[in-house]
Amino acid sequence: MNPAVLIASVYVFVLAAFLGYQVISRVPPLLHTPLMSATNAISGISLIGSLVLAGAAHYPLFAHILGFVAVTTATINVVGGFGLTDRMLKMFGKRKPTPSPTNEAAK
Amino acid sequence: MNPTTWFMEATYLVASILFVLALKGMSHPDTARRGMFLAEAGMFAAIVGTLIGTHIVTWTWIIAGLAIGSIIGAWMAIWVPMTAMPQRTALSHAFGALAAALVGIGEFVVRGTQMGGVTRGALGFEIMLGALTTTGSLIAASKLQGLIEGKPIQFRGQNIVNFAIFLAMVASFAAFWIHPTAHLAFYSMLGIAFLFGVMLVIPIGSADMPVVMSLLNSYAGLASAATGFVLGNNVLIIAGTLDGFSGLILSILMCKAMNRSITNVLIGGFGAVIAEATSNAGGVMREISLDDAAMQLAFATRVVFVPGYGLATAQAQHAVRELAELLESRGVSVKYAIHPVAGRMPGHMNVLLAEANVPYSELCEMEQINPEFPTTDVAVVIGANDVVNPDARDNPKSLIAGMPILEVDRARSVIVLKRGQGRGFSGLDNPLFFKPRTTMLYGDAKSSLTHLTQAVQHV
Repeated sequence: MNPAVLIASVYVFVLAAFLGYQVISRVPPLLHTPLMSATNAISGISLIGSLVLAGAAHYPLFAHILGFVAVTTATINVVGGFGLTDRMLKMFGKRKPTPSPTNEAAK
Repeated sequence: MNPTTWFMEATYLVASILFVLALKGMSHPDTARRGMFLAEAGMFAAIVGTLIGTHIVTWTWIIAGLAIGSIIGAWMAIWVPMTAMPQRTALSHAFGALAAALVGIGEFVVRGTQMGGVTRGALGFEIMLGALTTTGSLIAASKLQGLIEGKPIQFRGQNIVNFAIFLAMVASFAAFWIHPTAHLAFYSMLGIAFLFGVMLVIPIGSADMPVVMSLLNSYAGLASAATGFVLGNNVLIIAGTLDGFSGLILSILMCKAMNRSITNVLIGGFGAVIAEATSNAGGVMREISLDDAAMQLAFATRVVFVPGYGLATAQAQHAVRELAELLESRGVSVKYAIHPVAGRMPGHMNVLLAEANVPYSELCEMEQINPEFPTTDVAVVIGANDVVNPDARDNPKSLIAGMPILEVDRARSVIVLKRGQGRGFSGLDNPLFFKPRTTMLYGDAKSSLTHLTQAVQHV
């Protein structure tokens, strides 16, 4: 990794951390379980690293097998994570209550 | 760069933006679902972009992995009951971390000797965090599922042994970093990290699981971010960091809600020193009959339900909602008081009650509901113990001194639904149970609540 790329990556990391702190601090405790499930699904993005390992040219068979297992577990997280998050979020908001102060604040 | 690479990079940028927007949507239940659709679109775009933009020659492994993963994932999404959400989440931390660790091993196999110092450093973090999170999460999931005992498993000199294992892990990391060709150092780092994950979680009791779950969430995310550094891939860094910080924020919130530090949770082994703890508890617990309890509830103006882990184990979320609806139809105002660490993971109680169709406007946070207890006629405690223990507030010698609690003891009367006269999970005595205004209703929470509903109907 050359120094310019490294510095850019560190910028990305620090800014993402800052942004994450700002955004996630605003998630109410009500939604903490779906939040954990959702961030889990999102970090299943490591799937894109696994795909390359499983299918790229000139890689040894051992790397393909590691990639295959990684693709499987990451896909479980992506599909299962998004599916479960949606199932949970669907439950919040059934039987809509009359507009409450929190509803107004969000608009 | 050729056009396909440009396309791939563009999908990564779009995915990063959509992920952030998705988490922003999480700030309110009304916008959360829409937000998750954005994240799903982002993920799909990134996957398609990768398949188009990189030189894929062998499709067999990819298709097999995607197919098997999708089937298992969909099966989990559809069939896992809400009561098993903590186990499922712990398992998915393990899967995510394992994927990161495996990608790390693959990178070492493919281009281990050509890596620069910085990349090797990132690879070390990826492997260590990924491996220890994998085994740690598996242990946490087994504890939550009841496959292994939930009580802390401890032995003498445990902290010294764990520290030695940690040092060995760091030492092999250093050896690998200095000698990139040293396979032995790399694989011993991997093996020791797997072992360290086990050792880290076995001394922790089930009651501390909300903190552990959040920490493992954070580690799994940071392992993904480290993968991003190794591969030089920004979307991995962004998504991993968002996950890592989400877990970190949750860990801090959970620790605050227990008035403990993260170190204390990790090496404290709660529940082992009970014998030395003192308590203000004493006297007799008064039992209440179903009819008396029903009478109290039926003629109350304000009732607050306080759920704890006992509600989840008894699967009583639907029974409590039925009772609450019946009371509301009689003009009683009903609310639910949710302690941040009630249950086994952050937000556990909210999800259970939402599953039972309780509108979220009735689910109150601790700070919001505590001032309302003095004007509450009946507080009904369902399978909660430590989170309503007044010793935390009044007795500086208590093991849980300083932990913020739901102040149900300030309500006009308290009915505690409890399986038996035992001390509950942490083993602490709870003076709330001995107060003159507290009465106990023994039995399984679900059947107690169902019987209460029937009794209220006959009032």
